[in-house]
Amino acid sequence: MADVRLPSTLAPLFPGLPRRLDVQAGTVRDVIDHLDHEWPGIRDRLCEPGPILRRHIHVYVNSERARLETPVANGSRVDVIAAISGG
Amino acid sequence: MPRTLLLIGTRKGAFFLESTDRKTWELRGPFCEGWPVYHVIHDPENGAVYAAAASEWHGQAIWRSADVGETWTHSSEGIGYDADSGRKVSKVSTLAAKDGRLLVGVEAPGIFESRDEGQTWSLLSTLDGQPGSESWDDPANQPPGHLGISALMFDGEDADRFWAIVQGVGLFETTDYSQSWTPRNRGLRADWPREHEEVGFCVHKLVRSPVDANRMYQQNHVGMHRSDDAGQTWTEITEGLPTEFGFAAATHPHDRDTFYVVPLDPGHGRMMPEGHAAVWRTRDAGSSWEALDSGLPHRDAYVGVLREAMAFDDEDDPGLYFGTSTGQVFASTDEGETWSQIADYLPAISSVEVAVIE
Repeated sequence: MADVRLPSTLAPLFPGLPRRLDVQAGTVRDVIDHLDHEWPGIRDRLCEPGPILRRHIHVYVNSERARLETPVANGSRVDVIAAISGG
Repeated sequence: MPRTLLLIGTRKGAFFLESTDRKTWELRGPFCEGWPVYHVIHDPENGAVYAAAASEWHGQAIWRSADVGETWTHSSEGIGYDADSGRKVSKVSTLAAKDGRLLVGVEAPGIFESRDEGQTWSLLSTLDGQPGSESWDDPANQPPGHLGISALMFDGEDADRFWAIVQGVGLFETTDYSQSWTPRNRGLRADWPREHEEVGFCVHKLVRSPVDANRMYQQNHVGMHRSDDAGQTWTEITEGLPTEFGFAAATHPHDRDTFYVVPLDPGHGRMMPEGHAAVWRTRDAGSSWEALDSGLPHRDAYVGVLREAMAFDDEDDPGLYFGTSTGQVFASTDEGETWSQIADYLPAISSVEVAVIE
């Protein structure tokens, strides 16, 4: 299982979505597929058509910047970050 | 008791102002999690409120509340162009609802529809093949603030008929629910070179008289214009106004010749001229204009009003409301003769619409 951590801006959009959860997944794409199955629509909040990650959504696997194809191993930590900005 | 509900879209979420007497107002919100909200509407046919919003982080979505703001859901399922089309939806700019059809205009220019109250969406039209469409996806033609389809307006009787503004291109009409389109820009002024005879006009705001379906007005980038044949031809009526530029416009609900605008400085500031806030009114279809500024700040007021940020209710003594780029909402219940500030310290306001809730 991967240890997935989600941004604070996401939780209010989907009732019951926790900030942190365990997900069985082989890639970042699998993580998002799992989330979208449980909370329909969440893929659209993280990805653009393609799909590719949205410009200001950053994903890290074990502190390394990741893409949808990046592998996720058992015990990996996956941080999904809404990029910090001003304004 | 009926409640008057002002639906306010801002740069940081949606807000409601509610009143039972149009004198004292209660503010509710913010809604939509602080996303920039471009337009909020009420659909009287099902009582739902819809908000078109686009987050820089989480993308665009249409928010929906079936209980006047108590609870909200959102969806963008189906709002998006094919990944290989080279087109991208960056904003959801404007909403319109009629007879179970909910439309949203987007940037890059296109119209999506929902038949299930905003749960799912499909592409209705990109006005493909219309003059100007070959170049309106060019980033050079999408300056800052570009909204793509910046406005949609249904006919009052026929849900197959509606008008769409393509920002910087012009006004188009369909009478067969977007199977075909006709440019409706004849008689408009443009102070720049145009590649097509029928388009190349910068229509900011289109409004139609509720009591005369043939009477339309539009605030244009260069002038005010009136149509007496439902948009087929236009006549300029700018003379008498302090500037030819502005965004917001509203028609009187009971008098086809009475119409309101907010002239702005045409430079990049786009504020009311000389820091003096005023709404301007014609009562003779644009032959003459008068400034209405009682109760508005007469100095040091560097505020703007955007295209969707002024609206009338349809009471016998109609209320007129507008919201500013600096977060104030002003109201008048005497046809603009006097104004009261009914909200302040809101985020920059992009839209104001009115609903009466039983």
